Amino acid sequence: MKIDVEGLEFSYNGVPTLKNMNLNVNKGEFLSIIGPNGSGKTTFLKCINRILNPEKGSIMINEFDLDKLHRNDIAKQVGYIPQAERGAFPTTVFDTVLMGRKPHINWVPTSRDLDIVVEVMEMLDLSHISMKNINELSGGQRQKVIIGRALAQQPEILLLDEPTSSLDLKHQLEVLDITRDQADNDVTVIMSVHDLNLAARYSDKIIMMKDGEIFHAGGPEILTPENIEPVYDVSVDVHRTGEQIWILPKKLNKATELKADNNGYRNNRLRAQRVPGTC
Amino acid sequence: MGQSSILDLYKKDIGKKLVFGVSILIFLIILMSFAVLVGPVNIPLPEILSVLTGQTKSGMAYHIIWNIRMPQILTAVIAGAGLAISGAVMQSVLRNPLGSPFTLGISHAAAFGAAFAIVILGTGTTHSSGDVVNINNPYITTISAFMFSMISTGVILALAKYKQASPETMILTGVAIGSVFTAGISAIQYFAEDTAIAAIIFWQFGDVGKTSWTEIGLITAVVVPLSLWFAYNSWNFNALNSGDDTAKSLGVDVDKLRIKGMVISSTVSALIVSFVGIIGFVGLVVPHIVRKLIGGNEMLLLPFSFFTGSLLLLISDTVARNIISPEVLPVGILTSFLGAPLFIYLVIKGREYW
Ligand SMILES: Nc1ncnc2c1ncn2[C@@H]1O[C@H](COP(=O)(O)OP(=O)(O)OP(=O)(O)O)[C@@H](O)[C@H]1O
Ligand SMILES: [Mg+2]
Repeated sequence: MKIDVEGLEFSYNGVPTLKNMNLNVNKGEFLSIIGPNGSGKTTFLKCINRILNPEKGSIMINEFDLDKLHRNDIAKQVGYIPQAERGAFPTTVFDTVLMGRKPHINWVPTSRDLDIVVEVMEMLDLSHISMKNINELSGGQRQKVIIGRALAQQPEILLLDEPTSSLDLKHQLEVLDITRDQADNDVTVIMSVHDLNLAARYSDKIIMMKDGEIFHAGGPEILTPENIEPVYDVSVDVHRTGEQIWILPKKLNKATELKADNNGYRNNRLRAQRVPGTC
Repeated sequence: MGQSSILDLYKKDIGKKLVFGVSILIFLIILMSFAVLVGPVNIPLPEILSVLTGQTKSGMAYHIIWNIRMPQILTAVIAGAGLAISGAVMQSVLRNPLGSPFTLGISHAAAFGAAFAIVILGTGTTHSSGDVVNINNPYITTISAFMFSMISTGVILALAKYKQASPETMILTGVAIGSVFTAGISAIQYFAEDTAIAAIIFWQFGDVGKTSWTEIGLITAVVVPLSLWFAYNSWNFNALNSGDDTAKSLGVDVDKLRIKGMVISSTVSALIVSFVGIIGFVGLVVPHIVRKLIGGNEMLLLPFSFFTGSLLLLISDTVARNIISPEVLPVGILTSFLGAPLFIYLVIKGREYW
């Protein structure tokens, strides 16, 4: 499904958080949102899902105004993987993935619902923990279960908020391969992510956010030192090997470094330990 | 693992839980029959059978069974069920293990309403002759109790709606409201006459033995359809367990569900408390017991809490009626005695979710 965002604005209690965002994502496209902490990535994803109601601007899904759709109809089309989630009471892995069928369930889940759940759990390799309580899983396992829930929704739009943040190297690639597969099967994907290399590797489009605004938008080629430095206050090296773009952080840039120096000896020590040989 | 094996595991698991539910139901029916047989007055079995089969239509045995034991058993069953399922719903819409008619101040508000009616509206004093305590206009007392419970619910909901109070704030407010009403009861008692004080205290003891057939009919007519509404919404409650954002992303209108769930569960418990008095801990403890035994899936939790509530209150009442025979202990005293240690036990054993 196609997503068109126009003039989107959002404030938390009067504090402007998203400012005039404009964006088009086509069916089957994989869009990554990158940007520093607090730049508004999560807020933006929540608006696309109408978890939050923007005060200005419009979001159209396949030319339908999101505002006019019923919440359950949105849920049939848009799957959402939150950045963090905590259940109030324990539930099993199976029941959590089955929850993805909620928009389609009336009274009891049908055998088709159950089949979809089984399929998703096998795809994500969750079968061996299917009856475990999700509060007893590792952070990465839990994240995969939640991804499973969104896939069980069989959405046409998939919103992922840092899905790889607690996954190990292998599972990062596994989850993103699955997500890429979804995009190749015409699911529109919007993902927020901190790892620029992963963004470069998997995305068709990238937007760079800062302070609630889109700084740059385009293909992975927008990941240049000139674009990255002002957004993150970090100077970087960008290498290309064939198709792949590699971003290597070098050091904090001048302004931040001064601030860090003012914070005194400890900060300097920390910084020196983190990036040895670059100072 | 193959396709079928996860599904088999799941179905086996559901099957096991259904067996549990059916056992509860069978046990409940057995206990109901047993409760007809026992009581402070000893009636021989053949006589009971002849009353139940309609051969005996008068006499003491007939009177005891149809006008005392049966109403009492049915009240225990419906009140236990209603309190337990509303507790389960409160816990789920507030996403908090402390939700219950008791912690949200509903019981205390009802008790205050009753005290208010007895003393200020004078429904309790006029007819007391000697040491017989008499609430002479039970309906006004009940209505007043109900109104005050709904006021306490209204305050909590108004906070939620207009101040965007979080579920935690709602519970804290409930606790605060509960203590305001407790203070109010003390104040009323301080100024009241002895007979009125006796009537207030008498009202507060949760007792399933003071309801008439009409009242049982009324409670049932409210509790059963509203419980069906709860059960119908079990997937919405399930989604809410994962948090407000996730529930919204799964198509649940969270704010509306929370308000509706609170209004309806409060109505159910306020109505029960208004007729039977304060029965502590059933609404709080039963959902936790069920959750420990069969897990948190609301699709099973709600109906099983309903029947387990019946069972628990009926057991307590049967014990209370017979433990110091020929004296009859009000069941509310027993549930508080049993419920508090049980709750502490669950807190210590059930660490995984609080
Ligand atoms: N519930 C809230 N109430 C008030 N302000 C909020 C709320 N949630 C986020 N904010 C603020 O809005 C801004 C954007 O937050 P958001 O969570 O969208 O950032 P983000 O880009 O997702 O950051 P991160 O990379 O840390 O996840 C931040 O300044 C944050 O402090
Ligand atoms: Mg975020």
